[in-house]
Amino acid sequence: MSVDPSWLPPLGIAIPLVGACIVLALAKLAPRLVIDVVAMTTTVVSVGAMALLFAATSAGRVVTWVGGWTPRDGTSVGIVLAADQIGAGFALLACVLTACALSYTWRYFDDAEAHVHVLILLFMAGMVGFSLTADLFDLFVFLELMSATAYALTGHKIEEPRSVQGGFTFGVVTSLGAYFTLAGIGILYARTGQLGMPQIGAALDRHGMDALVLAALVLVLTGFLVKAAIVPFHFWLADAHAVAPTPVCVLFSGVMAPLGLYGVLRVSTTVFGGVLPAGSLHGTLLVLGIITAALGATLCLMQRHLKRMLAYSTIAHLGLFLVALATVTASGVAGAVIYVFGHAGVKGALFLMVGVLLARKGNVDEFALYCKGRDERLTKWLLPLGALALAGLPPFGTGLGKALSEESSGLIVLFVLVSAATGGAVLRASLRIHFGLGPRPDDTDVDTTKGEGEEQEGRFPQRLPATMIGAIVALLTGGLLVGLVPMEAIGEGAQRFLDRAGMLAQTLGGAPASAIGSVDVEWTWSGVVLGLLSAALAVGIGFVGVHFGLGRLRAALKTPLHVVHRLHSGHVGDYAAWLVFGMAAVGALFVIT
Amino acid sequence: MSLLPYFVAGWLLLIGCFGVVRSRDLVHTVVCVAIAQSGTYVLLLSIGFQYGASAPVQGAPGPVVDPVVQALTLTDIVVSATVTALLLALVIQIAKRTDTVDPDELDELRG
Repeated sequence: MSVDPSWLPPLGIAIPLVGACIVLALAKLAPRLVIDVVAMTTTVVSVGAMALLFAATSAGRVVTWVGGWTPRDGTSVGIVLAADQIGAGFALLACVLTACALSYTWRYFDDAEAHVHVLILLFMAGMVGFSLTADLFDLFVFLELMSATAYALTGHKIEEPRSVQGGFTFGVVTSLGAYFTLAGIGILYARTGQLGMPQIGAALDRHGMDALVLAALVLVLTGFLVKAAIVPFHFWLADAHAVAPTPVCVLFSGVMAPLGLYGVLRVSTTVFGGVLPAGSLHGTLLVLGIITAALGATLCLMQRHLKRMLAYSTIAHLGLFLVALATVTASGVAGAVIYVFGHAGVKGALFLMVGVLLARKGNVDEFALYCKGRDERLTKWLLPLGALALAGLPPFGTGLGKALSEESSGLIVLFVLVSAATGGAVLRASLRIHFGLGPRPDDTDVDTTKGEGEEQEGRFPQRLPATMIGAIVALLTGGLLVGLVPMEAIGEGAQRFLDRAGMLAQTLGGAPASAIGSVDVEWTWSGVVLGLLSAALAVGIGFVGVHFGLGRLRAALKTPLHVVHRLHSGHVGDYAAWLVFGMAAVGALFVIT
Repeated sequence: MSLLPYFVAGWLLLIGCFGVVRSRDLVHTVVCVAIAQSGTYVLLLSIGFQYGASAPVQGAPGPVVDPVVQALTLTDIVVSATVTALLLALVIQIAKRTDTVDPDELDELRG
């Protein structure tokens, strides 16, 4: 291949920005078809560039000093982009999901103005930049670019009260988190006089750990933990997912929230890897991950609003990813990354199928849709399949990721129960909606948000447009392929991701990319058996849920569930209070573990 | 360099958060978010400031203050302008749709 790979990381950020400018310039002049074609072309070109980058990273980390400001004698004033297989993989994932979301949007929003396309392209630029940069301040800027476009997209349906409220809560909570991150970056700059992650890392190695560095660590991680929706920073996620336009949910759930976890691990290993005891990082992330997974799974089971149900299942899975990442071993990181990729495909397809229900039936409430989906040919079979895939059915990518993650973390029971609960909840909804199983659900509970009164997005009384079906099938197939295609690149990428000394040598000293070992990312018999067990448990949960409803379970657990529901009050002030409390808790966890 | 600017920065960040927690009006909430962000400006500027140093212009005599943090602060201000404008626009829409800007009365989204 003749392409110089160091050109590719800046292109990944520049292409969507240029595309967004072209779309904006054409917005008033050109018809909708031209806008769609330009946006689609931009995304496809980005997918191509990131695929080339992903291929190029197999030979080693691709390091680009923007503007040619290379370091002299180990110090630099330039900005560095450093892509390993994991970072390039996330960038590729962001581009592929954006392509699917745009394809679905094509006919889904008949009346969408060009600004939706512009925002989605800017959002993609932010996500690609976030995955590729190795500069801490750039990381903050891309975090804000991602966030600001995400608030605007969440509140896109401005006629709807819920939509603007969800966007507002999302905006306030994420912004506060990002400012704490910036304060942490400021403290690190005061300590080390550097902004690049490898440079700060090298300076901290000489300086050592003290209370101020620990405070900076907690502050920097806060913004990323908010983005990753880790308990107790998770409150914005369900509100934002419930009200955002369906194609945007695919991006939020599939790649934006996992990118928060990527940020957490990137910063805590590259920047603080030399001064932070491994046990302390492991303990803190493990505690946060277990709580997040358990709470997300419980709330997912209790939901009747389908988009909120999927949102809480995302929170549960983010907890599982964090448990796998907490091992800080190559096998754990590889497992988590494959889990993220498989989850992005499966969860994206599920969100788009809920979007189909919303477009055809006008609401997303499990109870109100009871028996109403019998004539849906597409979702009738694909929604239960997606639910089983979510529970980890082999050979889906979610199953492979779950198998690798549970093996490396050792918490098999947690992985099986949480994934079965999330899959079971979706399966229960599907059995009620498409097959009319069980008695009519009783509609007396006041604790949860109902799915009625959502504004209908698009109307398709007769046939679904091919672009929408194509996006759903492509995402589900992608989720399947992640489990079937051998992914040695991810195993090697995980080794390289954790190879801190190699990164410092390559970025600061200009050392050539070194060869590195790999970890196995293949199906094992125990992984297959545990995946089948999770799927079987999900089927059990689905049928039990249909026949006995939530009524009796709820009655037995009335008081604790009521407390949990009331904590999610929808009040932005409460969420800000939890954010500050969570930051203190993370700091305390780092000290005691 | 005294510690006072750092305390001011920390105070602004925390009082902004406290304001969001206690707020009874969404416009007030947005302003509190902006106040929390101004804490980060103060922090960044006080990191780079030195007594008696001049502006970081090429050829300035004597020591100069750190230009990097000034660039960071400018970037931060741009971010702040975007976020504040966006949030205020959302507040206007909330007021139009629900006839209230009191967060206690907005209960469309719950657990």
